[in-house]
Amino acid sequence: MNADGNLVEVKKLTKFFPVHSHFFSRAKTFVQAVVGVNLSIRRGETLGLVGESGCGKSTLGRLILRLEEPTAGEIFFENEDILRYDSERLRHLRRQMQIIFQDPYSSLNPRKTVGSIILEPLIIHKIGTKKEREERVLKLMEVVGLRPEHINRYPHEFSGGQRQRIGIARALALNPKLIIADEPVSALDVSIQAQVLNLLADLQEEFHLTYLFIAHDLSVVEHISDRVAVMHLGRVAELALSEDLYRSPKHPYTQALLSANPFPDPTLERKRIILQGEVPSPIHPPPGCNFHTRCPHRFEPCDKEVPQFKEIEPNHWVACYLYGPNQ
Amino acid sequence: MENNFLLKIRSLHTYFFTDEGVAKAVDGVDLELEEGGTLGLVGESGCGKSVTALSIMRLIPEPPGKIVEGEITFNGTNLLTLSEAEMRKIRGRSISMIFQEPMTSLNPVFQIGDQISEVLRLHEGMSRKGAWNRSVEMLKLVGIPAPERRVMEYPHQLSGGMRQRAMIAMALACSPKLMIADEPTTALDVTIQAQILELMNRLQKEKGMSLILITHNLGVIAETARKVAVMYAGRIVEYTDVRSIFATPKHPYTQGLLKSIPRLDEHHGRKEKLEAIPGLVPSLLDLPVGCKFSNRCKYVFDRCVEEPPLLEPVPGHLVRCWLYEKK
Repeated sequence: MNADGNLVEVKKLTKFFPVHSHFFSRAKTFVQAVVGVNLSIRRGETLGLVGESGCGKSTLGRLILRLEEPTAGEIFFENEDILRYDSERLRHLRRQMQIIFQDPYSSLNPRKTVGSIILEPLIIHKIGTKKEREERVLKLMEVVGLRPEHINRYPHEFSGGQRQRIGIARALALNPKLIIADEPVSALDVSIQAQVLNLLADLQEEFHLTYLFIAHDLSVVEHISDRVAVMHLGRVAELALSEDLYRSPKHPYTQALLSANPFPDPTLERKRIILQGEVPSPIHPPPGCNFHTRCPHRFEPCDKEVPQFKEIEPNHWVACYLYGPNQ
Repeated sequence: MENNFLLKIRSLHTYFFTDEGVAKAVDGVDLELEEGGTLGLVGESGCGKSVTALSIMRLIPEPPGKIVEGEITFNGTNLLTLSEAEMRKIRGRSISMIFQEPMTSLNPVFQIGDQISEVLRLHEGMSRKGAWNRSVEMLKLVGIPAPERRVMEYPHQLSGGMRQRAMIAMALACSPKLMIADEPTTALDVTIQAQILELMNRLQKEKGMSLILITHNLGVIAETARKVAVMYAGRIVEYTDVRSIFATPKHPYTQGLLKSIPRLDEHHGRKEKLEAIPGLVPSLLDLPVGCKFSNRCKYVFDRCVEEPPLLEPVPGHLVRCWLYEKK
């Protein structure tokens, strides 16, 4: 992988959240939200990050933005170690990476007008003159498909899909290089989802954006991503080009996820892989491969040590003992 | 030979009287369900599918809601003529319902066992001990491991999937003839969703129960429903068997919905756009004149200023659209 091509790189990134048994106690146990993740996001690509609740995908997104501080590991943005940044450089960095949130209802300040919500990042980072800022807000609204005459309306006057567009306009305001979209369409109706996905694709082309697209809906992720990483209980199980992941998933967890996804085709006779048992707890993850307790293919080495994340085919990485012993 | 439908809805109109006007949430719905059948009710937010279900259960809050017109015949009796006391004997016993958010529909201060027992003691006059034992059996039936332990737990101690199973156990306790499931798996992870759907299918076969499944997820519909009704703005716009809905959708809205979902089996190249339906679902307080979909329809023509009735261009396939008017 050409290092120059990576916008973001994370190495052995780890985040543990302490669990306090009561308010003043010292934490004895930890939620292992993200464990030893190695991942890169190439300039201009859309990297999909998929997995079920509690797998750590949102936390990973927030760590990259330094909205959470990692417990261990490194984060590089344009080849610079951003964990060393002081608050001044970090503020400058924040112009380069932005986030779109899942819930269009709670991510917008209900007491601010659309105009002032989009204006806010420009004011904080002191971009342009007052007039230039206002022009930019209008331009951004147009770009995301909002009518300029709505500039003085409040969030509650808009539908979910429109609010999501406001969130996108806000994320674009500073001309970032990277946008982390954390479940941006999950709360939207199907027909609005399509509109917003199309918009995101257009914006990527027009503004040369790089996306980290976090979602649990596999069909949505496959559609929009170049590469997809599958997370399970804080670790990356598989990483591949989008079409390779769906055509030939290697990790049993990926296979189960794909098999569980309901298909809009009633004529299809599918052999479902139904996983037995409950999702293990991130506080007490199983030893060895953290999927082995539910894995239909588990065998001798699986409960001993965590399998290595290896490239078994060009651009196709898996952490699973089915694909050869540890190196 | 008179029809042997378990449930027959004729001309249902459920309105909500608000300060801003009358929201006609359900405006002229006809539906039928045979014994042992599975009806899928599909549509996006605000289309009236949940209100239809609540109308059947007579759970519409009055005020501001009111069933202003219609007939809901269940097992030969018109439910709308029953007193509240008589209706209470039917709810939870002959007709039961499961809801989208299991955490908010289970009582957080009562043990699971108590909640299932309540249904049994109320409807079948069981003793406390008898009902408790039966509750354990029900939990086992729905696939909850260690049911004798779980029965003593509170909802917050169970995962989302388990809570949903507990709710299904409650809904099945009195062996209802009809179960209404309103978005039963939307809040769940996809692997758990697969387990729950498989469970519902199995129980339906074993108990000969009829099911109305309400969802906006077309994949779930394809895998579970036999007949499908598509709703839009309080009306049914298309009604047919599940294969025909996917193979030959007739209403422009249905066609639009199917085209706007990203499909795992089709990978045309990442930047391929989804065909989104333009515009938004209209507010119930501000519906277009004539056909309610006309302002978003790409086939709109002069006939559309008048609301179309349900036409039957092919036997067994109803569609509310002038495109299918016989000349």
